[in-house]
Amino acid sequence: MAYLTPRKRATGMGSAKSGVAHFWNMKVSSIGLLILVPLFVFTFGPALGSSYEEMVAYYQHPFPAIIAILTLGVGFMHFKNGFQVLIEDYVHGAAGQYSIIAMNCLCYAAAATGIFSIIRIAL
Amino acid sequence: MADVNRGNRPLSPHLTIYRLPITAITSILTRITGNALLVAALMTVWWFLAAASGPEYYDFANAVITSWFGDLVMALSVLGLWYHTLAGVRHLIWDQVIALDIKTAESLSWIVIIGSVALTVLTWIIMLIA
Repeated sequence: MAYLTPRKRATGMGSAKSGVAHFWNMKVSSIGLLILVPLFVFTFGPALGSSYEEMVAYYQHPFPAIIAILTLGVGFMHFKNGFQVLIEDYVHGAAGQYSIIAMNCLCYAAAATGIFSIIRIAL
Repeated sequence: MADVNRGNRPLSPHLTIYRLPITAITSILTRITGNALLVAALMTVWWFLAAASGPEYYDFANAVITSWFGDLVMALSVLGLWYHTLAGVRHLIWDQVIALDIKTAESLSWIVIIGSVALTVLTWIIMLIA
């Protein structure tokens, strides 16, 4: 090992050995959201502002409920990755790491809360 | 390079006096809209949570989201959402190593801006009819 140059040791490892995983995640989730977002806007939008009975009856239909679950799930994962890039660019050191961990907690918590709520309404 | 004494040389690109090209403006707006959508996303989750909790709490959350403040957040978020969507499509196009020359990139910037406003107006028209 001692005879290897730093360049030789780094070659083929990728950045932090994870390569393009983050980029690929963003790309896949963005294509998913491209389909989900219009469907969500035009199912969630009309339901907004309706009475409790109307809202519950509407989200007991499978289509709007499944669209909402998928949009919140994929959306918050896309958001988690997107916010990570923002933090990496502007917040450095330990504060940046804590911020990324906090955003991960928030995104998973929000996604889980939303999905749980929709399932509870739908069933 | 950070510890090199730069003397009194002016630093490029003079962000305070530099007129940002349209591609730079649409680039930073993609980031701003994407991250600002968190507000509407959390309000949406809260609305669903309130509906799962029962009629009384739902009425409260629903009233907040359809108040003038809620309407303002949602109206701006629809604009931000369409903007971020179209800007994201632009990135998907660029990922194919096409449309990267300056003239096409600038045209795409205007398409993203005008398209997002048009889609927002269209969304509100459809919502008012529905």
